[in-house]
Amino acid sequence: MKILSKSYIFIIFALLYAPIVLLIVFSFNEAGSLNEFTGFSGVWYKELFNDEEAFNALKNSLILAVSSSLIATVIGTFGALGLHHMRKKYIKGAVNSVTNIPMMNPDIVTGVSMMLLFVAVAGFLHTQSFLGFWTMLVAHVTFNLPYVLLSVMPRFNQLDRSLSEAALDLGCTPSQAFFKVELPQIVPGIVSGLMLGFTMSLDDFVISHFVSSPDFQTLPLYVYNQTAHNVKFSMYALCALIVAIILAVLLIVNFAGSPKKKGAAKR
Amino acid sequence: MKGRSVFQRMAAAPHIVWAVMFIVAPMLFVIYFAFTDEKGVFSWSNFASLAQYSNVFILSIAFALIATVICLLIGYPLAYFMSKAKPKTQKVLLVLLMLPMWCNLLIRTYALMALLDNGGLLNSLLESLGLGKLHIVGTNFGVILGMVYDFLPYMVLPIFTTMTKLDRRYIEASADLGCNSFQTMTKVVFPLTVSGIISGITMVFVPSISTFYISQKLGAGKIDLVGDTIERLFQNPSTYNVGAAISLIMMILIIVSVGIMNRFSDNDGGIIV
Amino acid sequence: MKKTRFLSLSLAILLVSLLVLPCLSSCAEGEEDGGVTTLYVYNWGEYISDGSEGTVDVNEMFEQWYYDTYGKRVVVNYSTYSSNESMYAKISSGAANYDVIVPSDYMIDRLIDEKLLAPLNYDNIPNAKYIVPEFQNSDYDPDLDHDGYNDYSVPYMYGMIGIIYNTEMVDEEDIGSWELMWNEKYKGNILQFNNSRDAFGTAQYYLGNDVNSDDEAEWREALDLLKQQKPILQGYVMDEIYNKMENGSAAIAAYYAGDFLAMYENNDSLEFFYPKEGTNIYVDAMCVPASSQNKELAEIYINFMLGVDEEYGAPAIANAEYTYYASPNVLVCNDEGYIEYMNEIKEGGYDLMYGTDGIETSSYKNLTGDKLLLLNQLWEELKSDVTVSGAIYIICGIIVVVVGGALIFLAARKRYRNNY
Repeated sequence: MKILSKSYIFIIFALLYAPIVLLIVFSFNEAGSLNEFTGFSGVWYKELFNDEEAFNALKNSLILAVSSSLIATVIGTFGALGLHHMRKKYIKGAVNSVTNIPMMNPDIVTGVSMMLLFVAVAGFLHTQSFLGFWTMLVAHVTFNLPYVLLSVMPRFNQLDRSLSEAALDLGCTPSQAFFKVELPQIVPGIVSGLMLGFTMSLDDFVISHFVSSPDFQTLPLYVYNQTAHNVKFSMYALCALIVAIILAVLLIVNFAGSPKKKGAAKR
Repeated sequence: MKGRSVFQRMAAAPHIVWAVMFIVAPMLFVIYFAFTDEKGVFSWSNFASLAQYSNVFILSIAFALIATVICLLIGYPLAYFMSKAKPKTQKVLLVLLMLPMWCNLLIRTYALMALLDNGGLLNSLLESLGLGKLHIVGTNFGVILGMVYDFLPYMVLPIFTTMTKLDRRYIEASADLGCNSFQTMTKVVFPLTVSGIISGITMVFVPSISTFYISQKLGAGKIDLVGDTIERLFQNPSTYNVGAAISLIMMILIIVSVGIMNRFSDNDGGIIV
Repeated sequence: MKKTRFLSLSLAILLVSLLVLPCLSSCAEGEEDGGVTTLYVYNWGEYISDGSEGTVDVNEMFEQWYYDTYGKRVVVNYSTYSSNESMYAKISSGAANYDVIVPSDYMIDRLIDEKLLAPLNYDNIPNAKYIVPEFQNSDYDPDLDHDGYNDYSVPYMYGMIGIIYNTEMVDEEDIGSWELMWNEKYKGNILQFNNSRDAFGTAQYYLGNDVNSDDEAEWREALDLLKQQKPILQGYVMDEIYNKMENGSAAIAAYYAGDFLAMYENNDSLEFFYPKEGTNIYVDAMCVPASSQNKELAEIYINFMLGVDEEYGAPAIANAEYTYYASPNVLVCNDEGYIEYMNEIKEGGYDLMYGTDGIETSSYKNLTGDKLLLLNQLWEELKSDVTVSGAIYIICGIIVVVVGGALIFLAARKRYRNNY
């Protein structure tokens, strides 16, 4: 039984990783072919670092991810605060479910609906070239919102009412009470919402595909364009790098500081 | 409790305005486009022209269904075995499971296609062993395989999470009360992990039914799913209306099926990431 | 514990990107303040010498040349498309602004019709004199102002469609005709164009019909032929064809002659022929969209791409050598070094691209109104023509029965128990 379960796990993971490993190994292939390995070389990485388009895409991705997650976090946190204090249950419920629509809907429908909105607005205003950074930003903020709300809302619900009431009794204005008493308690929720939004935004392809213009490309859009054309081999290097970075982040998150944890447990 | 301040009253305003402008309004535009023709006049013609896409819809639903079931059949035992491993091993396995999830879908799909293509590494290997070629890319099997490969982690993770949260004492109790391991599995473990299964199913079914990249690459542009159709129709301004009608139908289809799913789940706590 | 660690790490990542971003964006935005103009160029994929794998980056060359000549900075924002139709969608919806685009002949006709192009001022394009006269006053863009040049477009490259095949997989006796694309022997190894115009073109040529036919029945006939072809195809692809033909994933594909030479360079078992029934000849030409904000700069760019500069290099030749397409530019097609270069890639490479004698050719004309709608509709019909095989129905039926049965059983049991 033990052997069976172990080999089952092994086989499934081996299958899951075969294509990714192939990609990484062949990104070092001198020949620039996926069929035969002729020699180990870093030439494709060198090419990648000289590729302005890829570098631009990375820059755009980061700008978009940072700005959209920050905006979504600010709007979403205040939104959660407002909803928390809202008395009318049905409005609260309605706002909650509306916010969750982009999370529930398939990405393609969200993307298409945003595009139709922009098309209609642009038609109304008679503007040209409406797709680009700003439409992407709006779309990314929108699909980040539910994740922010999802991480911040529970924190509000766990808040100890008596603390903020004490603050009010002691002469705080409600906004002071919020910033000095409530905010510190919900910060972890805000940060995880921010991070969730940041990673979602970095990773998004489908929605961006519909609301972007070719002159503002993010990394996933760059990869998409590459795979639709004659694939430059430097793209394999790019993919390998992305996998490596994600692996490093995951390892750090899950394993770094384990000894400290033991020490803490003893205390 | 004291009355709400202006600050508290207004805090949600930007959020609500944003949601109305960029979530509700786009949905209304989908409906508007779906029920009008190119000139903006009300018409049913978009839905009338959907008849030619009936096979596309059937195929998409069928593929998504098959992929979901395969993911469940492969993923459930995997999650179970993983949950039985030592805590340290569990941690490693969890990282291994998360890595593909965090990797961009495009990269994984493209890597899979590169491996499986007729002239890819797998087929060169098979040929050098004297076995024939396996035609996978451009077939139904290829597309389903792509879905299973891409979305399997989304099935395993929620099931694994509910399994690790499972109270071990229930299992011990059932064993004490005379259940054999199969009975324990069906009568105790399975019912207690239903919520994980439900969120796993949703997380596989929804992206499978709406994908277009997987069918583009592993179906080589020959197998048209709903996602491909929508994507193509939205490349040409004159077909936005039909595209909107298809999107609307797909949205309703998914809301209904997810709604049905959630009826079987005890708690609504969806598991994300 | 774990949570706080995750959070602190996340915060660290975010902070780092916040710190890095200003540095990154300063490269671009900082200069913009100094009066940098951005020129938006929208071209086919793989259609310009872009500096990859040791070639010349002509856009960079232009930026440098422009700075040295005019003392102002210009940045070329270069993006690509894979079909005329997807480019048209972006231009016509006004979704994005471009200064230079490179449509094919029939698309130029359509863009002129819809007033989406700006007439060119040839004072800024003196190098247009190097274009071979046959390419001026063309059908798609007639010279109405009689200055000897096309009114809206400057020919960039031209070529013909033919069939690429892998000699290791295809028997020599089967070649020569469009029939190869419909040969059942090569089931699963044939690639068709993934755009309506070219795909229907292959069928029309095979049938011997006019590719610009006015007769709906002829288009329907072509559709039937394409539907008949669908089961033996591996897929509908555009530029993915490079990888598929180079690594032997497919044996037969109709594509553009210049691209064949690029593939041949990586796989010398590939061969090429122009089908005997006739084929398409096309011209891709540089145009300036009516919405361009920098028309004069765009014209200077077009002029630069046509020229040969002793100091900076020869963008015209560099592009032709990069793409392998035939150039209508006398500076290129009569250049000894270039001819030698083409023949080095493949014996007879130059003649393959330029020797059009004895091949029956016709060009696509702009389809207007109903004909265009018909073509789009037929293309939708072809693409959405998927068969749901019996096996899929059976598998899904089993799934539905098993899952449904289990759920009904569970629900019934629950109700039964609740009654106690």
